[in-house]
Amino acid sequence: MEGCANLLLIQAEFDGELDAGETARALQHRESCAICRAAYAELEATRTLLRSDTPHYRASAKLRRALVAGLEAKAPTRATRRSWWREGVSFAAGTALAASIAALLLMPSQQALLDQVVAGHIRALQPGHLEDVVSTDQHTVKPWFDGKLDFAPPVKDLASENFPLLGGRLDYLDGRAVAALVYRRDKHVIDLFVWPESGEAAPAASISSGYNAIHWIENGMSFWAVSDLEASALGDFVRLWRAS
Amino acid sequence: MIERLTSTPSNGFETVILPHLDAAYNLARWLTRNAADADDVVQEAFLRAVTYFGGFRGTNPRAWLLQIVRNTAYGSKKLVRGAVLVALPGDAGPDEPAAPELVDPGDDPETALVRQRDQQRAQRLLAALPAELRETLVLREIEELSYKEIAEITEVPIGTVMSRLWRGRQILTAAVKDEER
Repeated sequence: MEGCANLLLIQAEFDGELDAGETARALQHRESCAICRAAYAELEATRTLLRSDTPHYRASAKLRRALVAGLEAKAPTRATRRSWWREGVSFAAGTALAASIAALLLMPSQQALLDQVVAGHIRALQPGHLEDVVSTDQHTVKPWFDGKLDFAPPVKDLASENFPLLGGRLDYLDGRAVAALVYRRDKHVIDLFVWPESGEAAPAASISSGYNAIHWIENGMSFWAVSDLEASALGDFVRLWRAS
Repeated sequence: MIERLTSTPSNGFETVILPHLDAAYNLARWLTRNAADADDVVQEAFLRAVTYFGGFRGTNPRAWLLQIVRNTAYGSKKLVRGAVLVALPGDAGPDEPAAPELVDPGDDPETALVRQRDQQRAQRLLAALPAELRETLVLREIEELSYKEIAEITEVPIGTVMSRLWRGRQILTAAVKDEER
């Protein structure tokens, strides 16, 4: 349907998005415009198609029970952890995750953020979850984030330093979408989470659920490096990353 | 620790967020096009929602939850982005038949058959749309959300919501005409 500048106005009228004055204007226009009359009829036809002929899916009783049970326990039940179980993450990791979520409910602080970051890292270690864009080329990984985030994360490759870049993915931490860059040292995976934050903070190491984490803030970005790599090697990674 | 844990109320999560479970599931289901994947996405989204609920200060819990569901689906490998896995005509889809519960038991067999065929067609056409058009139409036509809410959930300007709705509807209109020809 082409040929009238008012088509989006007519659609907004159809969707009930206009105030009384604009609605009157749209109605008046439709009376004199055959294109918009036809468009309106088509909008009605697609609404009938979508509202009467497509299902509004509902959560199964099983899913609802699992979620409710999880809430009542204030930590995920076995059922709500099903995906972790199925993906074969160890009991210990599952327990650590439940513990970290319980901690989050109690003290929303830096500790909580650390636990979220570690939970994000554990989640990503599930098969097939590690990276959404697989590339050892920083010039491929960086543009991949364009349009997926409201900021441009710095992407560096440290292959020459023995920390090759594996790729990147989107994650969701602290209520926002963040970039996760994935690096490797031997068999160990390093997640580097990045999102905008003002201020400066020197690298500080912490440990949660057996994972080492280093956090720093510079150049308007907050960084969290997380890995099961030993603390000194993770420290090397952070030093090399910042220096390169 | 245990004592504090059990004595901490769930801050209204159950009364504020849980009522939107069906909306969350419906969106997850349309994004993943598969019941098992939708279950997984909703479970992970609720885990995140519980985690972030302490920081929720908004007035629209449904939009807040749906945004988390959407981000979870997009962050997983479960999202069906576009016209892959499109069921062939006559095929009810990747899992169960299309919404048999929508068939009115009072219909005579012929009417019921026509109705079921219409439903399968509608489901197939919507499911075949690219994810960003599909989610926008699902939120508008099935969840009946406003442009502003959809813009919030899908993290785009309202103008983009309007053009996505327009494109999605145009594609559906053209596809219906094409099939009826």
